[in-house]
Amino acid sequence: MDSETPIAYELAKKQKEISVAEFFTKNRHLLGFDNKRKALLMAIKEAVDNSLDACEEARILPEIYVEIIQLSESRYKVSIEDNGPGIVKKQIPNIFAKLLYGSKFHNLRQARGQQGIGISAAVLYSQLTTGRPAKITSRVSPKEPALYYELNIDTQNNKPIIAKEEIIEWKKNNGTKIELDLEAEYIKGKQSVDEYLKQTAVINPHITIVYTNPKAEQVIYAAATDKLPSEAKSIKPHPYGVELGMLMNLLKWTESRTIQSFLTSEFSRVGSGTAKEICNNASILPNTKSNDITRELAEKLLASMQSTKIIAPPTDCLSPIGEESLEKGLRKEIRSEFYCTKSRPPSVYRGNPFLIEVGVAYGGDIPKEEKITLLRFANRVPLLYQEGACGITNSLTETNWKPYGLQQSSGSMPIGPVVVIVHMASVWVPFTSESKEAIAHYPEIMKDVKLAIQDCGRQLGIYVNKKTRISQQLERANMFEKYIPEIADSLAFLSGDKKEKIVDGLNKMLVKPEIKKEIVQEDAEDDKIYRMEFKKNEEGESE
Amino acid sequence: MASGTPDKKLEELGKSIVKDIEKGKNPTIEFSLRTLSNVVFDKKSRTLTLGEKSQKRTFFNVGHAKKFLQTIEIAKISKTLLEVKKHASLRDVFYMAKRTLPGSNTNIVDEQVESDNAIEDLELITQFTRERLNINANKMGSVAGDVVIEDSGDTINWGKLGSGGWSIPSNVEEIKFKSVKAKYIIYMEKQAVWERLHEDKFWEKQNCIIVTSQGQTTRGIRRLLQRLSSEFKLPIYVLADCDPYGYYIYSVLKFGSISLAHMTEELAIPDAKFLGVTTKDIEEYGLQKHFIKLKDVDISRIKQIADYDWFKNNKQWQEEFKRMRQFGAKVEIQALSSRGITFISDKYLPEKIKRMDFMD
Repeated sequence: MDSETPIAYELAKKQKEISVAEFFTKNRHLLGFDNKRKALLMAIKEAVDNSLDACEEARILPEIYVEIIQLSESRYKVSIEDNGPGIVKKQIPNIFAKLLYGSKFHNLRQARGQQGIGISAAVLYSQLTTGRPAKITSRVSPKEPALYYELNIDTQNNKPIIAKEEIIEWKKNNGTKIELDLEAEYIKGKQSVDEYLKQTAVINPHITIVYTNPKAEQVIYAAATDKLPSEAKSIKPHPYGVELGMLMNLLKWTESRTIQSFLTSEFSRVGSGTAKEICNNASILPNTKSNDITRELAEKLLASMQSTKIIAPPTDCLSPIGEESLEKGLRKEIRSEFYCTKSRPPSVYRGNPFLIEVGVAYGGDIPKEEKITLLRFANRVPLLYQEGACGITNSLTETNWKPYGLQQSSGSMPIGPVVVIVHMASVWVPFTSESKEAIAHYPEIMKDVKLAIQDCGRQLGIYVNKKTRISQQLERANMFEKYIPEIADSLAFLSGDKKEKIVDGLNKMLVKPEIKKEIVQEDAEDDKIYRMEFKKNEEGESE
Repeated sequence: MASGTPDKKLEELGKSIVKDIEKGKNPTIEFSLRTLSNVVFDKKSRTLTLGEKSQKRTFFNVGHAKKFLQTIEIAKISKTLLEVKKHASLRDVFYMAKRTLPGSNTNIVDEQVESDNAIEDLELITQFTRERLNINANKMGSVAGDVVIEDSGDTINWGKLGSGGWSIPSNVEEIKFKSVKAKYIIYMEKQAVWERLHEDKFWEKQNCIIVTSQGQTTRGIRRLLQRLSSEFKLPIYVLADCDPYGYYIYSVLKFGSISLAHMTEELAIPDAKFLGVTTKDIEEYGLQKHFIKLKDVDISRIKQIADYDWFKNNKQWQEEFKRMRQFGAKVEIQALSSRGITFISDKYLPEKIKRMDFMD
């Protein structure tokens, strides 16, 4: 090597831009496609999430068909079809075959998907493992024809390659269908497609899913309500939830000339008074041009935005499931004897509005001697992986379940016949990674989860306590029945009378009302002790 | 104490409960309440006796049912023992009652204390002592002295039984005294002291009877002492440690106890006197160097004893309690051995008895 030439020039020959698509092919685990089992689930999940978002945005009650067909030992065809609004011709290639393309990233609104990476990642995975294109059918109206596409992704340039484009006959008036071939493995159990669809049906009581698995078994999850969830409004970001990069981006693209108008037009809850205060605190003149803000000034501005007192963001951007619908969903898919649900009022973490909903099912078909089942949801999407890393799980194990009638060694999952559902709705769910499997441990979120769990726990406790009391009463009646032959035997020996006569006499008394009263006692004392236990449980944790 | 015979009484108990059942009445047993609130100090007889309060035990009552079952079970066991003319120990009775109810995991009794309590209840119900119900406690004490008795057909001389002496049975009711030459009785808390006195032939020299138990005085010993006291007018002197427990042993012997208040008539010995070791003895015989510091529990025990009805107005005893608290210490009888191994039999006891140096 020529010693005159710095080595950096040599190295520069090897340095080139890596496309997002290329990055993904090497880091597929970051998006959840780490193995064949999970890949099948992720592909279906992304497609279903998109369908549901599209239907709800168009105010259509979703009807989704999901089908999995096994092609060879480790190759499957999946097909997901919805009755949604369809996609216009121009957008179809970009939505399915361009990574990081979507409507949701720049918008703060409660939706299932948020980064616009999911479905194109599934298409890419399919292409990488089978070489087959994604097949898309979509129709926006009966007046327009149905379009059929076969799409590949140009991984170098993150651009769609259209392999086929044609107009076809389709029975549907409107909707979208995607078919993918992929390397996969079909399993049943805790982290399966079956479980994901079942949980999706629980948390979305308004949807209908028709699911056919590779064994050609069909399951229909029927809607339990015809009420669509309320429409989630989009909001502008709140100053407390902004990071430096995002702020600089907004500054770059804004149409506002001055910094004051930038602040009032790009953020929620910032009027001209608040905008001036932010500028003052940052020692920036309110009429400074937006384009003149340097990185240093942006940093100052950000610090001031976060230290100035600003009212909390509006919460009409959230669309809770509601206590009634949540209970319907639970009743529909989980057979038990007791249900209760709680929808918390909205709260805010780092400027992002959120709200927590909790549902509890007890008894019935749920196994008694096992750890309770926790079903986690974020914006109506089931979270099947990384339970241990999730803030929701911690909130649940940090709650003392003993007063609610369950066994629990401190800090671990309680034991008993219980299914707990926790749903977090937010304009931005803080996942710990891009595969969206665990929610980060924000104290505001964890506190609200605990409060909602306690609310349901209290109702559960009352029910469990009552149930225990009834079984104790049975035990008491049983006790007397067991004692009677013994007593009669001894008394017959002592008195010389016939044992049978004494047994009859005692048994007759067992059904007398005044003696029944003795067995079926009103345990006012129990209730008192029980309430005291509750108080202890909530001390230091109440709002 | 009671009329009729024990087996008749048990039959009556059975019949009265069967009558309740025939009438459709919740089966009930009624007997005296055996708690502190129902124990009174009778100033005239100077003993503890049971008050008027009684308790009802009914079968159809969640809190009573098990105890009711246990009481009736013990009654059955006792009647069986009486019929076959055999005696059983408290432990035997526990095992006779202990079994699992068919089709459950409930035992009639789980611990001996349950059957023991049922036996004491049955004493109150029938008004017969457990010995009359053919239930005995373990033998726990020794006696020696110039006394000849007859027990179950055997003639026994308390002075001719070697180093162990005669062991006192639980039931002394049937014992006949053939000849009692001794002039007084010393009852001592410690077996070791009794052995010392026996070896030194103290009872022979002093013409007395020496009796010991181990720790708390058993019923058999109390009854034996009471019979000797009332039938032969022998004075009884109590020799115990100079500590709250020693005071308590004396108190029970003389006045009776709460748990056996229903039997005070047969057990209490109102004429018993406290010989020592007293706080005065400590000063007189220079035992201060053997002081053992009082614990908190000792101090609260002294306060409690000082407050008993029968000690409350006794100046001599109040003075004694006060001195012990001033010392802040207690002393064991064996401390006397520091003055020589036979000091107690050669000097301490003869001197005290000669001087009539007792507390009453």
